[in-house]
Amino acid sequence: MDISKLLWLIPFLPLVGYLTLALLGHKIDRKLVPVIGAGSVGLSALLTMLIGVNFLSNPGAVVEQHLWTWFSIGSFHPEVTFHLDALSMTFIFVITFVGFLIHLFSAEYMRDEEGYARFFAYMNLFVTSMLILVLANDLLLLYLGWEGVGLCSFLLIGFYYGDKNNAESNAAAARKSFLVTRIGDTSMILGFFLLVKSFNTLNISEILAAAPEVWNGNNPLAFWAALLLLGGALGKSAQLPLQTWLPDAMAGPSPVSALIHAATMVTAGVYLLTRTFVIFELAPSVQFLVAVIGGLTLFIASVSALYQRDIKRVLAYSTISQIGYMFLACGVGAWSAAVFHFMIHAFFKALLFLGAGAVILALHHEQDMFKMGGLKNKIPMVFWTFLFGSAALASIPLITAGFYSKDAILWYSFAGTKGSIWLWLLGSIAAFLTALYTFRMVFLTFFGEQKTKVSHQPGMAIKIPLVILGILSLVAGFIELPHNFGDFAIFGHYMENVVPHVNLQDSPMLSEGLLQALAGLLALGGAFLAWKKYGQGAPQSEASNVEMQGISGFFARGWDFDKLYNTLFVNPMVWLAKIDENDFVDSIYKGIGKLNLAFNSALSTTQNGKLRYYLLGLGLGAFIILTIIMVL
Amino acid sequence: MGGGLLAWLSASFSQSAPRWIALLALIADFLIVSNIWVNQGGVSLSAQNAWIEDVNYSWIPQFGMNFHLAMDGISLVMLSLTFFLGILSVLVSWKSIQKNLGFFHFNILWLLAGISGVFLAMDMMLFYFFWEIMLVPMYFVMVIWGHENSKYAGWKFFLFTQISGLMMLLSILGLYYYHGSQTGEYTFDYFKLLSNLPNGSTAFWLMCGFLAAFLVKLPALPFHSWLPDAYAESPSAGSIIIAGLMSKTAAYGLIRFVVPLFPEAAQSIAIPAILIGALAILYGAKLSYAQRNLKRLIAFSSFSHMGFILVGVFSFNMLAFQGVMMQMVAHGLSIAGLFIISEFIFERTGTLDMNEMGGFWKNMPNMGGFTLVFVMASLGLPGLANFVSEFLTLAGAWQYDVLLAVLATLGLIVSVTYSLRILQKIFHQSPSVKEWTLPDFNAREWLVMGSLTVAIIWLGLFPQSVIGTAQSAFDKMELIQMESQDQPQEIGMNEILIETNELSN
Repeated sequence: MDISKLLWLIPFLPLVGYLTLALLGHKIDRKLVPVIGAGSVGLSALLTMLIGVNFLSNPGAVVEQHLWTWFSIGSFHPEVTFHLDALSMTFIFVITFVGFLIHLFSAEYMRDEEGYARFFAYMNLFVTSMLILVLANDLLLLYLGWEGVGLCSFLLIGFYYGDKNNAESNAAAARKSFLVTRIGDTSMILGFFLLVKSFNTLNISEILAAAPEVWNGNNPLAFWAALLLLGGALGKSAQLPLQTWLPDAMAGPSPVSALIHAATMVTAGVYLLTRTFVIFELAPSVQFLVAVIGGLTLFIASVSALYQRDIKRVLAYSTISQIGYMFLACGVGAWSAAVFHFMIHAFFKALLFLGAGAVILALHHEQDMFKMGGLKNKIPMVFWTFLFGSAALASIPLITAGFYSKDAILWYSFAGTKGSIWLWLLGSIAAFLTALYTFRMVFLTFFGEQKTKVSHQPGMAIKIPLVILGILSLVAGFIELPHNFGDFAIFGHYMENVVPHVNLQDSPMLSEGLLQALAGLLALGGAFLAWKKYGQGAPQSEASNVEMQGISGFFARGWDFDKLYNTLFVNPMVWLAKIDENDFVDSIYKGIGKLNLAFNSALSTTQNGKLRYYLLGLGLGAFIILTIIMVL
Repeated sequence: MGGGLLAWLSASFSQSAPRWIALLALIADFLIVSNIWVNQGGVSLSAQNAWIEDVNYSWIPQFGMNFHLAMDGISLVMLSLTFFLGILSVLVSWKSIQKNLGFFHFNILWLLAGISGVFLAMDMMLFYFFWEIMLVPMYFVMVIWGHENSKYAGWKFFLFTQISGLMMLLSILGLYYYHGSQTGEYTFDYFKLLSNLPNGSTAFWLMCGFLAAFLVKLPALPFHSWLPDAYAESPSAGSIIIAGLMSKTAAYGLIRFVVPLFPEAAQSIAIPAILIGALAILYGAKLSYAQRNLKRLIAFSSFSHMGFILVGVFSFNMLAFQGVMMQMVAHGLSIAGLFIISEFIFERTGTLDMNEMGGFWKNMPNMGGFTLVFVMASLGLPGLANFVSEFLTLAGAWQYDVLLAVLATLGLIVSVTYSLRILQKIFHQSPSVKEWTLPDFNAREWLVMGSLTVAIIWLGLFPQSVIGTAQSAFDKMELIQMESQDQPQEIGMNEILIETNELSN
């Protein structure tokens, strides 16, 4: 039997898990909940591996599985069809595999929470939607997954709705995430309308095949289509100017941050860009915009990460900035490097969030890094894996996977035909900052003196995912080595089944080796600087600066984008809603009604039964009429 | 079939029947209609023969009035919706309505009879007759069983719709005399009137009469001011019917009468009509967000969603028409769901003020879960029926006018604000006033909400069942439009027709 016929089961299994937990969640035994929740994703991951092994023997092949036609009006008939190629294979592997590890972790992490079943139900629904998103062969079906993950993200950010202290802010964070991403989604769906008008289909392969012919030359439609789709990607992937929701999204449980806001959902934008790369290559100005946005975002976010106190917010800003690297890669046409960095990032960032979760759990829900410290020997397993993850994030040269994936992006942004020295400079400065904030986090959390007592030692369900992800953060980079390291590029060749490779400039100013050495030095320099400043514990001035005044506050609040948007959009809208609660149109009708009544009472006073008034009226009327006649 | 149609009419007229009779009558109707649906499902209808059933009796032959009922795909879908929601509204009132049971159900049945008559009538006078039949029982339901301020709401509703209804009557008479003077045959028959269409300013003014009735009933900006009062003050059965069904009669009227009878005149006002629709979407959403009273919030959201109908109808292409069709069904289901939830909450707490609610999820996870479905439907989550309709409508509108489509699409963003408010305010945040301990769903409530949820998800994933059924009727309409334009029209019109033809090929 052809195993790829079972493709539909991959998203279907978590769906079954979701339905079981949602409908029967409060009836079944608590012990059974993680078995269903994590088990369904585990099976799905197993199946993905089997299909993956089969697929790798012939990675150029494309598997299409038609389920049903969604609807059909004339010749426009979006289908529910799954499409497996090298790109979606990579994504479903990461989603199910990392997803399973995170589910496993949650089994222990969430054990004592109210709404255990609800949590796993939402998580399973999320995995289903995410799988549909990346497997869809039609943009409309992709949109179904796209909104589905948004919904789950909303529900899981607001998971602690009953939290006495933070109920209001948790709800606000959930709302914000939904609203901000919805702005992007709306732009995206406008892009769909444009594609429907131009191609009369939303089938991705058909559009990509037809686009170069229909939009030859500098067709403005290609520009608009790319721009509108980009809007969707910016919202989901929390890039400038729609990045503001992600730091607040940390209100959700840590595994949620790991799965949704680091490894999978937020990279959906990168997936969308890569999937529709033809459209972007037809609109070079938009593609350049992608690179610029990526560059700016990664710089802004890594500065902000440097000023955070909350360990999860550091990671949130770091995620924004790492996705910025992926956008930068897309912008210079290094599609495969973007996807490679996505995969490596999924490993180490999930690891870091899980590690942070383990720390938070151990310290009884303390998230302020300045109240941590000295945990190195208390929870050694968490420390070592966290260190591996941090090394990958800071791209410590040669030994970490992050180095290889990030180096490829920096190289292409410099030497690719679409690259420039400015983009490279942005990326390199941020690489330095990344190493700095990463090791600031490590030293504050695990070194120095201990400030909070460890109340919970991690069990096996927490340790196993950490170890597996820790190993992957180190070794996964070896499947794609740079050109001057023997040009061992399995991943790149594999991805070339879907996306083109990068064209290099004829003679780049600097050689690849020099740039690598520079990048390595920057990373090590950042780490060293962090050691100097934070290695012996937090400096007093920074620890006591809780209020975050002045420029550090500006950076800590993410460059005050929230304030800007509140002033520009939110407050006027709320104000408008408030003053016009009762609908001014209604008051017009009420006014007409009142006017009639007033008229009526005015007229009725004339009927007062007094003869002299009537005579007066008669006389006046006659006088007026006569005057009019005479004048005319 | 003719017998069946008469049977449900007579069944509906049998007054003063308590709950069970009402329920059984409606279930019987529903079965009849679904039976027709299943039977015709195998045979694909061609555009030439889109009519499934046709009943024609002489009524008042002196004036050319006939008791002419006919059913095509559109009517079939709408009838199914009518009886489905009818059943639900009887079930919802099971506990909350305790006084004057017989008269209440008499009114409900009479009301549903009027609505289904509207969906079937093919004689203009008969159509007007059914149109007015809806009005009186609705007024009674609202005033007798409504909330505290229902008298005011009832009068407002009655005045608005009555005045606009009279304008439609004038237009119908106008059509009657126009056709009579042209052909010598004085008739109210829809098909005969279609064969000889007025043009120029005659058509424009006659159309305005119809528009007046439909736009008020829909309602469209700025004729919506009766809506929040009427929706919010009605008992829930009333709210379901008025929002879920009665507003659809207006949408149906636009599709069935305004577009085919006055194709050119309708074209000429397309841009302002779409603009009004788009503004209604945005303004309604904004008003909805501002409300504290749950039912008023839902009412304004309904007003906002009705904007899509206007946008779709006046975009004149197959995508948009099908979008409108889906919107009629999907919105009927989703708005009914929201009103039913508000009723269940009101039964438990005795209040509709959202500021007094909060944290309900803890005690009522089932209700919360169902609410989630309908809240998501109202903000257009894919996988639910409303998404299909909004997507089609807007994609169609884009083909007609890009800027207006963009304006209408912004509504998708604003709808998030009020929709999430329902969920978070009531079910998530803890209450500011007091702690509630409330019982979760019982079996009856499970049945009601469960069936609605299944319907809305089914239509979200397999909307073809509605789209396919209505397709032939729309093809037919286009055919009529084509025939009515023997001479070449202005270029814009032709382009659109060609475009829609390409789509439907």
